[in-house]
Amino acid sequence: MKVSGFWIGIVLMLAAGFVLAGVADNQFLFFAGYVILQGLIMAVAWNVLGGFTGYVNFGSAGFFAIGAYTAIALHQFAELPLLVLIVIAGIVCGLIGLGTGYLTLRLRGVYFAIATLAMAIVFESLITNWDYVGGSAGAYVITPAEVPFFDSFIEMMFILMLVLSLICVAVSRYLSMSRMGRGLASIRDDETAAECMGVPTLRLKLISTTVMGVMMGVAGAPFPFFVTYINPLSAFDLLIAVNAIAMPMIGGTAVWFGPVIGALLLGTIQQIVTVTISSELNILIVGAVLIAFVALAPRGIVGLFQDFARKRREGGK
Amino acid sequence: MDASLFLNAIAAGILLGGFYAAVALGLSIVFGQLDIVNIAHPAFIVAGSYLVFALNGGFGLDPVIAGILLMPIFFAVGVLVYRVYYAAFERTGRESLAGLAFFFGLMFVIEVLFIIFYGVDYRLVEADYIGKQIEIGLVGIPWRMLVPFCAALVMTGAIYLFLSRTFLGRAILAVSQDRLALQLMGADPVKIKQIAFGIGIATAALAGALLIMIGPVEPTIGRLYIGRIFAIIVLGGMGSIPGTLVAALIIGLSESIVTTYIGPSWAPTVAFGFLLITLAVRPQGLFGRL
Amino acid sequence: MDANGRLLDVQGLTKRFGGFVALNNVSMHLDPRERLGLIGPNGSGKTTMINCISGALFNEEGSVVFRGEEITGLPAFKRAELGISRSFQIPRPFRTMSILENMLVPMEYAAWGRVDHATHEDRAMEILALVGFQDRARENSGNLTQVDLRKLELARALAAQPDVLVSDESMAGLSSSEVDEVLEILFKLNERGVAVIMIEHIMRAVMRYCERIYVLDAGQLIAEGTPEEIQGNPDVERAYLGE
Repeated sequence: MKVSGFWIGIVLMLAAGFVLAGVADNQFLFFAGYVILQGLIMAVAWNVLGGFTGYVNFGSAGFFAIGAYTAIALHQFAELPLLVLIVIAGIVCGLIGLGTGYLTLRLRGVYFAIATLAMAIVFESLITNWDYVGGSAGAYVITPAEVPFFDSFIEMMFILMLVLSLICVAVSRYLSMSRMGRGLASIRDDETAAECMGVPTLRLKLISTTVMGVMMGVAGAPFPFFVTYINPLSAFDLLIAVNAIAMPMIGGTAVWFGPVIGALLLGTIQQIVTVTISSELNILIVGAVLIAFVALAPRGIVGLFQDFARKRREGGK
Repeated sequence: MDASLFLNAIAAGILLGGFYAAVALGLSIVFGQLDIVNIAHPAFIVAGSYLVFALNGGFGLDPVIAGILLMPIFFAVGVLVYRVYYAAFERTGRESLAGLAFFFGLMFVIEVLFIIFYGVDYRLVEADYIGKQIEIGLVGIPWRMLVPFCAALVMTGAIYLFLSRTFLGRAILAVSQDRLALQLMGADPVKIKQIAFGIGIATAALAGALLIMIGPVEPTIGRLYIGRIFAIIVLGGMGSIPGTLVAALIIGLSESIVTTYIGPSWAPTVAFGFLLITLAVRPQGLFGRL
Repeated sequence: MDANGRLLDVQGLTKRFGGFVALNNVSMHLDPRERLGLIGPNGSGKTTMINCISGALFNEEGSVVFRGEEITGLPAFKRAELGISRSFQIPRPFRTMSILENMLVPMEYAAWGRVDHATHEDRAMEILALVGFQDRARENSGNLTQVDLRKLELARALAAQPDVLVSDESMAGLSSSEVDEVLEILFKLNERGVAVIMIEHIMRAVMRYCERIYVLDAGQLIAEGTPEEIQGNPDVERAYLGE
């Protein structure tokens, strides 16, 4: 029953997206929706490693930007269809995730965190120096004025992002609820004990970093086409990096729907808030909320609800 | 090869390396000895730069003096941060994931506060000697590099003597290695760690002063130092003070050579290369124990 | 089983940490269903020995053979799959999981190829009944008492469906009646066909439980025999009391 409920939900979400695309005229809705869904994919991706396995990736913005720039480079090279660009960007970022993981995951978890953080900075200087994709000046992408089946290009981008995020959510849910999910959780709880209980820890961690990388690359690949102009500063945006961690932390990292809740909530608030106040204040608020949640509500909103439900149940006895 | 170019690159690299030692020193204690992954350390350094900038602009204080004056305040802030960290994470054994996220959030809050107050423009400090240089043969040594180099060496030496010669210093070294022995000595590990963390943050005040002497500073410049600092600490062998100094000199020299012969925008990749190679080949670092 | 009918055969094992020799040319074996004791003063190399058997550490010299198969270079998770299971001296539960979920990790990994997947929960419950946890399966493992943690540790090791269980100081710090409780569990699982290597400082427990005992001192094997032989051995006495 539970399984079919999830898939009904997925179909409903998709249908709602298409209905919205059919009726809504306000283009801002699609812009805002795209940004929220982009954050959602990043949050789900981060959580596959950070939440399920307990390994922190600080280089989210790096993976995102590599995805975006892979798409740009391929677009310059040959005008491939967007879907092909997304697939290739996913593969490239997955391989980078695998490589970083392979070099650092045999050591303590913190080395992986540091390596990803440093990696994002290095890729920023690499891309700043790479003239083929515009260097520090950035690159423009000309998007078609008309697209088949959709009223506008942005509408198509929104639906594309919706489909991608539903796929990512489904993958993340599958990972957490399968046998592998229990293996990942055992690594998070106690890696030494997990290994002795027959869990192939290194292999599971590498799968997890690869999936994380693929998802982040997929989130980043359509970005240049969405904004039509990209430079290293906008691709390696501070807000992307902090959101990818804050959203799962605020929603709750232990379950697959935690980052979804966090991303929808934080993303929507941010879309409302950036219209009215500055983006700096926005980052400040996200940072402060992140600190408050990790210190006071380590299991996020999901955890708060679980505690609340338990208290009521016990109170009602 | 142009001898003057080469010699100047070497001299600049050594001076830069000394400065890097000051930048990495605090985290070398905090990460290497206490095992606390304070990735907000560079943000504290930038905070030091901005406060030195304020003191320098407001009262005309020499940046080094201003940095030293700020150290006690930074020490107190460090103690406070450690108390929060201890209460929320270390005591409950959740330090790995949540603790990292805590410092990550802290880094953003500090950076953005300075963006809000000072904007994203670059800031500079004034002093008589900044802008002048000494000529020794073919080599020109600018004062704005020499003063930070000397200040960094003095601070590194002082920390080394403190850790190896005083009771408190040895207790700090013991805290990471043998908690039990420490408790038998009658020292409270939490108090010791709190002091050590405070010292680590205090070094950020002076490092911040040196940072803004070497070049102009903007609020997120600290990020450029995260990779360098961790590369230095890992290369130096996690918490070894002489190791930190040697590793800082190696990275400073390599960056200077890369800057001179390849281009300044490639310099940040040097540290990352060292970090990855060290992790892959010799994770215990040059001076380290596993 | 190998040609001699041995379940586990360790030959000439040497383990160094830098210049320090933790184990020097140690050989020992374990028969199927045997209850074996491994004792020695602190720092004598007992834990290093079981780390080399379970795959947490790798020995440079010597070989470890399990059921006739060389396993010296195999990682820990492979050895768990083959049927070598261990408990930890300081219990290491999966803290965010319930007691039952803790049991399912070894079932779904170590025992995955050997046990019918549909029976996992039933088997887990059966083992939990053995340690008296049948009514507490849904409880969170993060809040258990010390003795309950030891029991969970053994139950979880057993859930891997091992042929050998290495029990690393499962009784340290427990009260006399709690020691008896844990011993009872160890007897029961031995009756189910599991060979046990017991590392323990509580001599009363070792002497009562084990059929045969090895004594290590400073990385050397200094004695082997039945509990009676070991108790009367002057070398053993010297190792424990000093000259």
